[in-house]
Amino acid sequence: MSTPNTRRVVIEPLTRVEGHGKVTLLLDENNQVEQARLHIVEFRGFERFIQGRPFWELPVLVQRLCGICPVSHHLCAAKAVDGIVGAEDLPLTAEKMRRLMHYGQMYQSHALHFFYLASPDLLFGFDAPVEKRNVIGVIAEYPDLAVQGVMMRKFGQEVIKATAGKKVHGTGAIPGGINKNLSIEERDFLLQDMDKMVEWSRAAVRIAKDYTLDNLEAVAGFGSFDSNHLSLVRQDGAMDLYDGNLRAVDSVGDTIIDQVSPLDYLEVIAEEVRPWSYMKFPFLKSVGPEEGWYRVGPLARINTCDFIDTPEAEAARKDFLSLTEGQPSNVTMAYHWARMIEALHAAEKIQLLLHDADLQGEDLVADFGGRREEYVAILEAPRGTLLHHYKVDENDQVTMANLIVSTTCNNEPMNRTVQKIASDSISGAPEITEGLLNNIEVGIRAYDPCLSCATHALGQMPLEVTLVDRQGRLIDRLARPE
Amino acid sequence: MSDRISLTIDGRQIEAEPGQTILEAAEEAGVYIPRLCWMKGLSAFGSCRVCTVRVNGRPQSACTQPAAPGMVVENDTQELRELRRSLIDMLFIEGNHFCMFCEKSGDCELQALAYRLGITAPQYPFMFPQRELDATHPEIFVDRNRCILCGRCVRASQELDGKHVFGFVGRGAGKKVAVNAESGLGGTDAAGDDEAVAACPTGSLLKKRVGFAVPVGQRRFDHQPIGSEIEQAQSEE
Repeated sequence: MSTPNTRRVVIEPLTRVEGHGKVTLLLDENNQVEQARLHIVEFRGFERFIQGRPFWELPVLVQRLCGICPVSHHLCAAKAVDGIVGAEDLPLTAEKMRRLMHYGQMYQSHALHFFYLASPDLLFGFDAPVEKRNVIGVIAEYPDLAVQGVMMRKFGQEVIKATAGKKVHGTGAIPGGINKNLSIEERDFLLQDMDKMVEWSRAAVRIAKDYTLDNLEAVAGFGSFDSNHLSLVRQDGAMDLYDGNLRAVDSVGDTIIDQVSPLDYLEVIAEEVRPWSYMKFPFLKSVGPEEGWYRVGPLARINTCDFIDTPEAEAARKDFLSLTEGQPSNVTMAYHWARMIEALHAAEKIQLLLHDADLQGEDLVADFGGRREEYVAILEAPRGTLLHHYKVDENDQVTMANLIVSTTCNNEPMNRTVQKIASDSISGAPEITEGLLNNIEVGIRAYDPCLSCATHALGQMPLEVTLVDRQGRLIDRLARPE
Repeated sequence: MSDRISLTIDGRQIEAEPGQTILEAAEEAGVYIPRLCWMKGLSAFGSCRVCTVRVNGRPQSACTQPAAPGMVVENDTQELRELRRSLIDMLFIEGNHFCMFCEKSGDCELQALAYRLGITAPQYPFMFPQRELDATHPEIFVDRNRCILCGRCVRASQELDGKHVFGFVGRGAGKKVAVNAESGLGGTDAAGDDEAVAACPTGSLLKKRVGFAVPVGQRRFDHQPIGSEIEQAQSEE
C-alpha cells in the first residue's frame, strides 16, 4: 500500500509508441509530482538466447527483435559479421544495396511515426478528445495528408522488399555483402513514385517546421532540458546513417568525443543498471553516470553532424539550426522536425541510388580476409544509434552479444522528459485529466521509442512496480502490473 | 507390357512396374504423395508415416508398400490430409523449429509440407526440448533442434557416401542422430559435399557459412508448393 498521503498514478498502456510500457508517478499530498518513472514492461532476452547460434544467422535472427525497424538490426548485425569474416571492403553493389535498404527503412519508419503516431497530437492538439486524436481522426479530417503518410510508408517498404526480399524480416545482407542486386524492373517500379516521395517529404518537413514555429512558445519548454547528443558521423563530419564513427557534443555543441571507432565504444560508453527497469542507462564515461547520459535519434543527429550531404536536407538542417543560432537544439518536440528532415534526406538518397548503375552490378560479396573472434558495428537506426557487439568461438558459434539500442540510449532523457512534463503540467492540479496524462505520452512519443527493442537483454528481476519515498525507501511493491 | 501392375489411386487407374512401391508408382503417374523420410536414391525407411495412404481400406506407408494388382489406394482424402497435418504438427512441436530465422526456410521440406497442408500454427503445445548444436566440423554443422529423425543422413552416409558418419542412438523421446566420433562431427570423416548433407530435408544438417545466400524469391518453394514438380511433370507429358 502507498502511504496515506501519497497517490500513485499509473498510465498504462502507453499508446501510439512501439511496444509496451507504462509510467508511474508518485504524487504527494499536495498533488506535487514526487517521482516519475517510465517502466518498460516488455522483455526480450536476445543477448542470451543467441549464444550458441552460428554467426551467419545473426543478421536474420536478431532483426526479429522488432517488426518496425528490423532492417536496422539486420544491417548492424551484418556489419558486425563482415568484421568477423574479415570482409574489409564490400563491393560497391553490396554497399549501395545495403544503404538503399537502410534509407528505405529510415523513410518508412519516420513516415510511420510522424503520420500514424505523432500527427494526431500535432494536428489536433494534446488536449483534443481522445476519440479524435488518433490516426482515424487524421484520415477523417486530413485525408490527403493521411494518404501521403500511408503511401510514404509503403514506398519505404517497397524499397526494403526490393533489397531484402520481403517488406519485413528479409534476408538481403549476408556476411561480406548482399544476396541480390536491384533488377531494372525493381528500379523502374520504385522510380515511378520517386519524385512524388521527395515532394511529399519536402511537404512533411514544412508541416513539422510550421508546427514547431507556430507553437514555439508552447513546445520550446515542453519536456525540454539541456542534454548531450550522440550519433555516428562520417570522417568529414557529414551525417551518415549507415556507417561512421561516434561523435558526442554537449548541450551547447562543444565536442565530448569525436571520431571514436565503433570498436572502441567500451572506452567511451558504459551502461548503468537500475533495479526498476529492464532498460539499461548508457552514459559517456568521460562525463560520468550523473551527467553523461545523452540523447540519440533525429534531433541528436542533426545536432552532431557538420552537414548533410544531400542539398534539400542540408538546407532544411540549416533552417532548423537557425532557430538556435547554429547551436544544438535541446527542444524535445523538435525531434519531429528533425525526423522529417531525415525523411527528406532518405528520399534524396534513395533517388540518387536508384539512378546509380552500381546497383545492377554482379559482384555481391567481398573476399573474406583474416577471421576475427570479436567485432563491433554501429549504425544509425531511425530511433538513434544502434550498436551490436559479438564474440564468436573457433566453431563459429556466438559466445557473447551486447546490443545497445537507441531507445536504451534515450532512456534517461525520456525519464527526464516525463519528470519535466509531469512537474510542469500535472503538479498541483486536483484532477488528472486525459489531456494532462497525454502530455506525458506526447513527450515520450517525441523520441519515437521502440520499447520492444530496448528490452532485449536478459534480466534477473521479476516484473514489478515499486513505490519509493524521497529517501529511496521502498513503500510498496507489486509483483505484476494491475 | 503384360507384367505391368494396374491399380487405382483416388479412383484414377495407374500402372506400376513389379517391385515399385505405391509412392514410386504414384510419382511416375504424376500423383504426389507427401513424404519426408523417403528420398529418391535411398532405401525406404517408413518412419515418418507422412506418406500413409489407405490401401483397400487399411493404412499403409506408401514408401514401403509394393504396388499390387487391383489395389485401391486412397491418397488425397480429407481424412488423410488431416492425419498428415497432425504428423507434421507433431514434428514441429517436438523439436525447436523457428522458421523465421532458419536458413533452410524456403528450401525446407518440413516447412513446405506444412504450407501445402495448410498449417498456419501447430495445434499441439510446443515441447521446447533441450537439443544440442554440434559445430565442431569446419565445413558442416548439425543443429539437432531441427532434426525430425527421418534418417536420410544416416542412409545417405552409408548408401551414397560409403561412410557411416550418422546413426541413431536412444529410444523414444530420447532418440537422436549421433555421429561416429566421441569428439563430435569434427572428429568424423564427414565432408561438406557429402550426399548426407544434401539429404537433410530440414535445416538440421547444413554447410557452414552458406546462410541466406539465396535471396527470398529464388528459393525452392517460394513460388510453388512442394510436390508441384511431380504433378506438373505429368501434366506436361
